[in-house]
Amino acid sequence: MDKIGIIGIAQTRYRRYNPASHAELAYQVTREALDDAGLTIDDIDNTITVCNDFWDGRTISCMAITEATGSHRVPTTNVEGDGTYGALMGAMRILSGLHKLTLVVAQSKMSEGIPAIISNAMFDPVYERALGVDAISSSALQMRRYMSKYGITEEQCARVSVKNHRNARANPYAHLPLDITVEDVLESRVLADPIKLLDASPISDGACAIIMAEEEIARARCSKPIWITGVGHCADAYHLGDRDLADVDALISASERAYRMAGISDPIKEIDVAEVYDAFSYMELMWMEGLGLCKRGEAGTMIDSGVTELGGALPINPSGGVLSAHAVQVAGLARIAESVLQLRGEAGDRQVDGARIALAHGIEGACGQGHCVFVLGN
Amino acid sequence: MAVRSEELGDSGTLMYPSRIKLPYTWHAGKVGSRFYQEIRDNCKIWGTRCEQCERVYLPPRETCPRCFCDMPEWVDVGDIGTLLTYTVVRYAVPGIQPQKPPYAMGIIQLDGASTGFMHLLGEVDLDSIGVGMRVKAVFRDQREGNYLDIKYFKPLGR
Ligand SMILES: [Zn+2]
Repeated sequence: MDKIGIIGIAQTRYRRYNPASHAELAYQVTREALDDAGLTIDDIDNTITVCNDFWDGRTISCMAITEATGSHRVPTTNVEGDGTYGALMGAMRILSGLHKLTLVVAQSKMSEGIPAIISNAMFDPVYERALGVDAISSSALQMRRYMSKYGITEEQCARVSVKNHRNARANPYAHLPLDITVEDVLESRVLADPIKLLDASPISDGACAIIMAEEEIARARCSKPIWITGVGHCADAYHLGDRDLADVDALISASERAYRMAGISDPIKEIDVAEVYDAFSYMELMWMEGLGLCKRGEAGTMIDSGVTELGGALPINPSGGVLSAHAVQVAGLARIAESVLQLRGEAGDRQVDGARIALAHGIEGACGQGHCVFVLGN
Repeated sequence: MAVRSEELGDSGTLMYPSRIKLPYTWHAGKVGSRFYQEIRDNCKIWGTRCEQCERVYLPPRETCPRCFCDMPEWVDVGDIGTLLTYTVVRYAVPGIQPQKPPYAMGIIQLDGASTGFMHLLGEVDLDSIGVGMRVKAVFRDQREGNYLDIKYFKPLGR
């Protein structure tokens, strides 16, 4: 693959009820990503927005933020999925040879709608939707299946929440930096067992932008471009009953594609830091298995060992992850932005020493139906 | 539609509460229609079977997702199955939930099916549900041709 460099990034602080409008959020990160890259909007030759009509509460919602993202004079399209897919499409634009500098902007305001109702609408209107199933209850079904198939415990899942909320204390963008214990998680209010309040990500508003460039421009315009060395994506079955919810076939396929492209043969040894889409505590463990960062069913013992802590051999979600800030769709792009900060050595108190290869992961659909995996290097 | 603006905390910005009202009618399609007709008229649950991989899909559909071939064959999958996973929903969401929480739901593999079938669990002590439990479908008395014509699955033997 030709080289693509990420030369600018920006994120808002994540919080509930951000008083900015959708367009104001999009403008803020567009402006700041341009500043980060030392570019002006006239340098950008195409844009990709990431937003979704149901979440934004309007039809063709991407059209309402064209001005805010400087998109109205250049080729622009929208990705109505996770932000990692926006970045994927951005990479494809540059690989096509038609474009050289791509701006990808994701924004969302989960606080404005009712996430349970919006996520219920993911499900087949003729079939399962009538059950009222939503992101939380479907994930509870997955967590129970994962625990019973592989002997993962609620304590091990709670440990993910403790780690990530603690990591978030060093992340100025995080929504929920917390100093909590495993007992706090286990004793928090049960939403849909086995998922408790502190196993679940918060309802966040926020935005993230990245600017990617073709190799020559990336080298000319940026002293520290971060290179996309591999990307892969894959989707699993739509009906949850078609899948064994404890298994991660689509993620295995996506990560194998990304590793092959990046020339990675031993991800456990070669990857220095991973940012994964932990919308619920158990998901970080499942995704570690799907990403080949541990053997199947062994993520529980891996979290117990402390390897994935900041300072461990393979830190996962040093930013605090999605558990500490969940602006839906933005969250995957934020995993890329955080990986870029790590590889630049600009991650402040959450910096993983000497990070050279980072992994960023996004999901879309119920219970991680689709996965997109990026491998980045400096 | 109520139109009002509110102060939002100390930021001085305004919020605009509204609602999206959107009537919508979905066609069940030929496969979904037959599925619901059998439940409504005969209290029978049917899946579709793939000739190539021999898997029986529930809910039924026209195409095997694995083999990408037509599945014209219908199979009675019975009304008894095994609970693969479950949860007890303990939070309230106005407008979408079929029961007042707390209520239980799960994924059930019916004995004649190869896939799981998501549905409600009823007539069950919420604290004694277990993976592997054998359950049986309970049909509504008044059936309309939809997913909730199956009222819920109850523990076998109750
Ligand atoms: Zn088949």
